[in-house]
Amino acid sequence: MADSDQLIEDIVARYDGDVGMLIPMMQDVQAECGYLPPEQLWRLAQRLRVPLTRLYGVATFYASFRLAPKGQHEVTLCMGTVCHLKGSAEIMAAIREEFQVEPGGTTTDRLFTLQGVNCVGACALAPVMVVDGKYYDGVNRDSVLDLLRNLPTTEEVAP
Amino acid sequence: MTTVTKHLANPRELEEYREAVRARRGAIARTVRVCIGTGCAAKGSRRLYELFREAVDESGADVEIEAKCVGCHGFCERGPIVVIQPGDIFYQRVEEPDVAEIFRETVLGGRVVERLLYTDPATGAVATTEADIPFYQAQQRIVLAANGLIDPRSIDDYLAIGGYAALAKALTTMQPEEIISEVEKAGLRGRGGGGFPTARKWRSCRQAHGSPKYVICNGDEGDPGAFMDRSVMEGNPHSVLEGMIIGAFAIGSDQGYIYVRNEYPLAVEHLKIAIGQARELGMLSENILGTPFSFDIKITRGGGAFVCGESTALMTSLEGRAGEPRAKYVHTVEHGLWDNPTNLNNVETWANVPAIINRGGDWFAGIGTERSKGTKVFSLVGNVVNTGLVEVPMGITLRRIVEGIGGGVQGGKAFKAVQTGGPSGGCIPAEHLDSRVDFDELTELGSMMGSGGMIVMDENTCIVDVAKYFLGFLKDESCGKCTPCREGISQMLYILDRITHGDGEAGDLDRLAVLADLLAGTALCALGKTAANPVLSTIRYFRQEYEEHILNHRCPAKVCKGLFLYDIDAEACKGCGICRKNCPVDAITGERRQAHVIDQAICTKCGTCLEKCPFSAVLKV
Repeated sequence: MADSDQLIEDIVARYDGDVGMLIPMMQDVQAECGYLPPEQLWRLAQRLRVPLTRLYGVATFYASFRLAPKGQHEVTLCMGTVCHLKGSAEIMAAIREEFQVEPGGTTTDRLFTLQGVNCVGACALAPVMVVDGKYYDGVNRDSVLDLLRNLPTTEEVAP
Repeated sequence: MTTVTKHLANPRELEEYREAVRARRGAIARTVRVCIGTGCAAKGSRRLYELFREAVDESGADVEIEAKCVGCHGFCERGPIVVIQPGDIFYQRVEEPDVAEIFRETVLGGRVVERLLYTDPATGAVATTEADIPFYQAQQRIVLAANGLIDPRSIDDYLAIGGYAALAKALTTMQPEEIISEVEKAGLRGRGGGGFPTARKWRSCRQAHGSPKYVICNGDEGDPGAFMDRSVMEGNPHSVLEGMIIGAFAIGSDQGYIYVRNEYPLAVEHLKIAIGQARELGMLSENILGTPFSFDIKITRGGGAFVCGESTALMTSLEGRAGEPRAKYVHTVEHGLWDNPTNLNNVETWANVPAIINRGGDWFAGIGTERSKGTKVFSLVGNVVNTGLVEVPMGITLRRIVEGIGGGVQGGKAFKAVQTGGPSGGCIPAEHLDSRVDFDELTELGSMMGSGGMIVMDENTCIVDVAKYFLGFLKDESCGKCTPCREGISQMLYILDRITHGDGEAGDLDRLAVLADLLAGTALCALGKTAANPVLSTIRYFRQEYEEHILNHRCPAKVCKGLFLYDIDAEACKGCGICRKNCPVDAITGERRQAHVIDQAICTKCGTCLEKCPFSAVLKV
């Protein structure tokens, strides 16, 4: 418990306790924990003396915040205009069907969390998918499904 | 990377420091520049850079060789790009096995590796340098001038090309009002899309009562199909900082913010490094270059909300709240962030400022049209041969961009439309391709300049589907604060959805027009007011295509499922039976090794046969 108290203290100190920096603080909590755990939000609200509802409002307004833990991998499919023209909607439909996961959700085996993003700003690579920060250009339905089927699980990655 | 140790106390020390940097640079005989922009990095350019570094370390050559990472060159289609100095030799589509050859032949031997040069597909001409490539010939680069030349993580690189000279000039030889007049003379208008005169905004903010005053750089590039600002922030972050510092001095601000999209972590990293270096050298923070002027910059990452690209929503977000806009009758230059006078400009606008101060407003105003001055960066993407970033003088025709620089439509298909202005813009058809790139001219066409996304669409694009796409995007991104936007967009989307499913009704186009009018007149912010533009502009130029969907239940581009048929080409069909086995409703019959047939009465038009056919024998008709 002391550790998590310390986490919030560190993060608040990083921004001099400036309430205007609430979003970066919450981003730091998420970077640390992988999502926004309720107890951390509660502590942050208390520490900044703002209502928890405000943090909840911020967390649900912005697409990048997660209130549930993410999967082992982060998969982002670009749904920007160019990717749309080049077939991203069909790719998304194929992922949803095969892995039974909705955008914003995580597969039941927690292998990956799927996000549809309204343009990742890499339009020259369309259609583009980002897996754990790595960009895959010119993807199609088959290449994406192939990539996702072969994502390593944590057990495989560990030595 | 640079190690800065000196705090420069005045412009003279800056010049001495610059000369020292240049002298050190002069000793480097050969340079390998590897592009690490998003496009090239995705194709493995970071690994190429490491390999070049290793080659440099192992070469033991008696001349000094430098391998460096540089920002986006713009020609993303041909990445990864590697440029060798001397000679400016431009290698494209470089792969790992090529590194040894480039190093041995070109870097050490001074010979050109022909097969890695760009060949113009139209003429067969081989280009050795960037200047020989048609993609670059019609361009005029101010904002992107140093992209591809400098290491974005090195302030020394920026100084070597004359960086921060404009800042020194502004701080020590110009009064704030003179700076504003220079920007006014330049005729610079906001590059974020609206095109508001920058100098007028600065002056209003300068004259507004209240302190502290804030300046903000809007790097929340949310328009789908746009990545200009990303490439500037990633490729030349100091140019943005320098513009902001000059602007802050002119306005009388001591605190700045850069609001960067959450999807751009590399931009954040490079800006952070740049801010750190600028502080160390004395270009930021207390008493900049030894003058009484103090100013500092904080970076905030966005949370992934398109609406935060709107200025008032962005400021609300900077206050740590859900980013909802507010009515614009209260001007942000008077009551902006924390209710204080605030001046917000887009990344590209800020990046133009140092060049204007260095070369003068008259020079800048000499480029472009009567009311649109300077250059504009576009991300030229979609169904075009040469995708990438282009910077062109205002007034150039769309045709020169699409056909000249872009090389025309991919795969020899027919051009259908070019979309500019993102979700607030519109689609411009072939008959208007000779229109000029100009804030007012594009608006008259029912589109807008926007932040610079330029998406080329070919004949296989369904224009109704495109309109539906943008409305779907805006429905997702509407913040929900005002009813016209929240409900109006949903209603329009509902109608378009029906149309693309073959359930359109006579009168739908009129209904869309009424809703569009309502949105334009009553929505709270610019995003809502312009939300109907993609629909209105496509109805204006492609009414027949809409009517084809509504009245004849046909999608001429064969995109909208259910509004076209599938058929089997008897010549191409090998009779393998894969489509027959996969058809979920048993609509396909045929003997083995005989052409198969689809029974249109049973077919549900699901498209499975098309996906599964290994011989491309299933056609959309």
